[in-house]
Amino acid sequence: MAADIESEVETIVSVEKLHKSFGKAVAIDEISFQIKRGEVVGLLGANGAGKSTTIQILLGLIAQTSGKVSIFGMDPWKKRVAVLQRCNFSSAYVALPYNLKVIENLDVFAQLYGVSNRKKKIEELLQLFEVDHLAQKMTGGLSSGESTRVNLCKALLNDPEFLLLDEPTASLDPDIADKVRKLLAQVQAERHMTVLYTSHNMRDVQELCQRVLFLHQGKIIAEGSSEAILSHFGQETLEEVFIAIARNQVTTSLLSGEHN
Amino acid sequence: MILVRPDRVMGLCNRYFYIYTRSGFRLLDVIFWPVMDLVVWGLIAKYFMRLNSDNPTAVSFLLGAIIFFNILNRAQQSISVSFLEDLWSRNLLNAFVAPITVAEFVASTFVVGLTQIFAVSLIMSVLAFCLYTFNILAISFALIPLFLNLLFMGWSVGMFTTALIFRFGHQAEALAWAVPFLIQPVSAVFYPVSVLPDWLQPVAYMVPATYVFEGMRAVLSGNVEIASYLLKAAGLNIFYFIAISIFFGAMLNSARERGALAKLVL
Repeated sequence: MAADIESEVETIVSVEKLHKSFGKAVAIDEISFQIKRGEVVGLLGANGAGKSTTIQILLGLIAQTSGKVSIFGMDPWKKRVAVLQRCNFSSAYVALPYNLKVIENLDVFAQLYGVSNRKKKIEELLQLFEVDHLAQKMTGGLSSGESTRVNLCKALLNDPEFLLLDEPTASLDPDIADKVRKLLAQVQAERHMTVLYTSHNMRDVQELCQRVLFLHQGKIIAEGSSEAILSHFGQETLEEVFIAIARNQVTTSLLSGEHN
Repeated sequence: MILVRPDRVMGLCNRYFYIYTRSGFRLLDVIFWPVMDLVVWGLIAKYFMRLNSDNPTAVSFLLGAIIFFNILNRAQQSISVSFLEDLWSRNLLNAFVAPITVAEFVASTFVVGLTQIFAVSLIMSVLAFCLYTFNILAISFALIPLFLNLLFMGWSVGMFTTALIFRFGHQAEALAWAVPFLIQPVSAVFYPVSVLPDWLQPVAYMVPATYVFEGMRAVLSGNVEIASYLLKAAGLNIFYFIAISIFFGAMLNSARERGALAKLVL
């Protein structure tokens, strides 16, 4: 009984039989998964596999056709503000307002998240991501690498318990991508943050994620640690697994528990 | 349950303040066009006066109408154009996944709109007095309820326009500027309802602004009893505000179900 309660408390994200269709097109086909506190989970799949739809449902941007989603034990649409207060999000494809200075953008979002001692918090994050020299620069004038790091500062303003990262290293050169990966790993370990990570960069996933969910045609086709997935599919790298799944060259699936 | 937290509304207002003060084009849009309207229409009115000076209040009617219509137009744009600002800067997703309620978002656009309207109306009123000796304060205490009615109608129209953008996406963006001008012909802005064809007059009487502009002309003509105009405008405004709030919520939910919201913000 006590173990059940503990397990319930530690589950940050719970998705049960989630289904989404747009007319006759099925985007997500009854997927289920859980993410425990402190876990870093990679959500992988080819274009059209259903990862964006899954993330958008978690963020409350799309309503599911059926199934249940709960974050911190709450329905993210019914308890939207309470859930979002403890989450944050960063994407390589979502910008902060370009005609505000970096410091102004971060200050506005710090206000929206109700951050206390905003100035100190912003300074700390800018230093952590080594972008403190950009504070007075207009956001629209930043390079991709700078912009990604500023977006990550915004994503950590409220010390989120659950962080959604959508291809955070996309369009970064290998040097900056490596720095961002290391910083994310450091921050995640220090804060014991729960992270859902999507990327087409398999190196990101292999380095950062403790568990991987492979989506294909709206279904979870594989779930487990990178090692378990590589071993099950008999491939050397996650990239080879990705390609095999995307090209329908796999005939078996690896679902939760099978690798234990 | 607190629907509107002042610190969050203040955060959103700060963002709009930075956006407006950084963009010369946005300031141009907010100040230049209303001032140009005032100058051009004031000169036209003066010209008509010279041709036919039977009605000395004609200039006042026209200038009052220009200033008042600007209140309506600004109030609606403060919501719809603020929403588009977020859309264009690709920031809407960040705003949607921040812990802010729709009420806080709308409240911040109300505050920003109110600030803009006060500033622009002040500039226009001073100019109208300097250029045409038209004193908006001649409307006296009726000015406040007339102003408030236009403000509420503008906000309702702004919410309606934004709801249509949720429903139809980017292709509906032009409505952010067009809707007030679609309503203008049946709002008795520059002429009384009696000028409209008989079949169109019932439509005009369903628009709150009609009573505001009829009331303004009544006051400028020396009639101080305009309570019935104000009450009818307020009654319609309350009805439309409630109906449009429900419509707004329905369009937002529909956009979520169809995936249109995600397409719009990404």
